[in-house]
Amino acid sequence: MLVIKNLHVSVFDTPILKGLDLEVKAGEVHAIMGPNGSGKSTLSNVIAGRDGYEVTEGSIEYMGNDLTELEADERACEGIFLAFQYPVEIPGVSNMAMLKAAINSKRKYHGEDEISAGDFLKLIREKADLVEMKQEFLKRSVNEGFSGGEKKRNEILQMAMLEPKLALLDETDSGLDIDALKVVSQGVNALRSPDRAMVLVTHYQRLLDYIVPDFVHVLANGRIVKSGDKSLALELEEKGYGWIDGLQKAG
Amino acid sequence: MSEALNEKNKDLKALVKREYKEGFITDIESDTFEPGLNEDVIRRISARKNEPEFMLEYRLKAFRRWQKMPEPDWAHIDYPKIDFQDIAYFSEPKKKPKLDSLDDVDPKLLETYEKLGIPLEEQKMLANVAVDAVFDSVSVRTTFRETLSKAGVIFMPISEALQEHPELVKQYLGTVVPPQDNYYAALNAAVFSDGSFVYIPKGVRCPMELSTYFRINEMNTGQFERTLIIADEGAYVSYLEGCTAPQRDENQLHAAVVELIAHKDAEIKYSTVQNWYPGDENGKGGIYNFVTKRGVCKGERAKISWTQVETGSAITWKYPSVVLQGDHSVGEFYSVALTHNKQQADTGTKMIHMGKNTSSTIISKGISAGHGQNAYRGLVKVTKGADNARNFSQCDSLLLGDRCGAHTFPYMEVENPSANLEHEATTSKISEDQLFYLQQRGLSEEASVSMIVNGFCKEVFRELPMEFAVEAQKLLDVSLEGAVG
Ligand SMILES: Nc1ncnc2c1ncn2[C@@H]1O[C@H](COP(=O)(O)OP(=O)(O)OP(=O)(O)O)[C@@H](O)[C@H]1O
Ligand SMILES: [Mg+2]
Repeated sequence: MLVIKNLHVSVFDTPILKGLDLEVKAGEVHAIMGPNGSGKSTLSNVIAGRDGYEVTEGSIEYMGNDLTELEADERACEGIFLAFQYPVEIPGVSNMAMLKAAINSKRKYHGEDEISAGDFLKLIREKADLVEMKQEFLKRSVNEGFSGGEKKRNEILQMAMLEPKLALLDETDSGLDIDALKVVSQGVNALRSPDRAMVLVTHYQRLLDYIVPDFVHVLANGRIVKSGDKSLALELEEKGYGWIDGLQKAG
Repeated sequence: MSEALNEKNKDLKALVKREYKEGFITDIESDTFEPGLNEDVIRRISARKNEPEFMLEYRLKAFRRWQKMPEPDWAHIDYPKIDFQDIAYFSEPKKKPKLDSLDDVDPKLLETYEKLGIPLEEQKMLANVAVDAVFDSVSVRTTFRETLSKAGVIFMPISEALQEHPELVKQYLGTVVPPQDNYYAALNAAVFSDGSFVYIPKGVRCPMELSTYFRINEMNTGQFERTLIIADEGAYVSYLEGCTAPQRDENQLHAAVVELIAHKDAEIKYSTVQNWYPGDENGKGGIYNFVTKRGVCKGERAKISWTQVETGSAITWKYPSVVLQGDHSVGEFYSVALTHNKQQADTGTKMIHMGKNTSSTIISKGISAGHGQNAYRGLVKVTKGADNARNFSQCDSLLLGDRCGAHTFPYMEVENPSANLEHEATTSKISEDQLFYLQQRGLSEEASVSMIVNGFCKEVFRELPMEFAVEAQKLLDVSLEGAVG
């Protein structure tokens, strides 16, 4: 589904990603871990098509096509979803209104009719239940005045509504209390399916107890420096990143 | 600034480029006075309308007053001097319509309104809105007259009200905005040609929304309409005005006067969706919109609210105001003003607290794009006798790009220590974060900007009647529409 080869990305002329390789197949869940500032959010942003992130070398292929050709909104319509590390507030725009516009925009892109008011309501109620979000949040302005945890939950609600093919979750577990972590994980697990891929960025192996990944990667200095299965996360938790950095220098 | 952000700003600039869809000209034969202004012209306007003697006197007095007044010079707007002898003061379609039957209306006129989305055939209209359509200087059609007259509501062109209800017009005309009030009010009093007249009798809730649709067509013609709305004790009316003009390279002058009178326990809601031609990207052409709007809450518990969505005009100068005379009376002002390209808007409100326990609310949302300049100028005045006056003002500005400007000038004059005044002001930009967030959810850049802007305006839009809230949103979208990508 996603094939990244030798990716170099600069932000404001500063190289951040320096030769990153990653392949994600449909049905897989990948976890990306790595020190602060190593480029994890940069990777998510560049896949989602944010302006200002310049690909200087290498390629990103999505469903067999060159992804860099598409604008951010086109990528979203093609099924890429990014749950933001820092969700953004949009004053005066209700969660419902935004989601309805988003769904309809996606439908229009695929030549489908707009969703009916009834179907939309049914869908959003069902998904709000999934992430245990109170109905009143749906009428509130997008993320405005939401607590940190509520914002993260809202990201998962949006993901559930938009049913992406490729979901990128950037530190969705940060700032969640234990109960919220369970709820969010449930939400994510409910969306796991053979034709959907997920990339989780996280600092904590705890999340991976709830959402068990197929692969774990370590991103350091702008590259994937080590990949493994779930046990790698446990090892990292125990030893930190230092030993990998050393390994990188030696190799 | 970094290159990436510069690029973003370029995109935003492209985005706010717009086309003016109402810019067509109706090719219709009209009877237009030659340009120029003198007593003779005023006599001819009055004679043409077969006005009662008092009206001619009123006009002439105002004209003499006007001649002695200096043309105002405002701090925050900038425009070439207007040559008042170069403007025609009266224009009407040659084929004079009879107001009761559509058959007599020139089909070209009907077509014009149809094109503007305002069909004048009642069966095609919004079921709950009565329309008075003013084309250049005259009213061409007022709909739903019968339904309204059954309720005792008078809704007709002011020219006709002068024939049918001269005593009512005489009683109220100029009582809220006297001719000597300001330069353009004096000019309007001298030369106004038409406009709407509304009277809601005691205890009557007007059964439908009333609306006037103004259209300037003729070249070099000024439009000076006059609106007078009276809500008698316990009455309620919601009134809407909409405005457009063809796209012309010359500037055109629009100097209207609106007077509202709310008696005891009466409520008047006055909404404006103004989309006069704003001029082109370089500031060529467009309407000069110099308008005096004022309402007086005469009796106890009277309420007046102004809601306006202004996207048009090259220059807008207007301060819808409320004089809170009655005890416990309420004044409200909700405004969205959008300026882009070379547009300038200097707008705001005045709330004059006189009665006891009066309260007012001001919510002003200014959006500037391109080189647009947006100024909010508000006055809250609390006179000596106005015990326990309360005011809440909130002025928010949203900037799109970095060459536009927003300016806020809140003035307060408080002569009574029991007053409680609150003022909040914010200025923000659409952030790249917000745009990316919405685009990541699948919305185009244009739709994202529109959504953010509409969210910014929400507190004002929800004051508009349903259909018009949708209109206003669309208008804003059109105003922000442009070549993206
Ligand atoms: N817009 C930007 N302007 C300047 N530097 C940036 C920008 N975006 C990212 N960077 C830099 O790129 C590097 C990688 O940042 P990124 O946000 O991708 O890290 P991360 O791995 O997600 O870190 P964290 O774990 O703290 O979230 C950092 O050094 C950061 O300062
Ligand atoms: Mg990050």
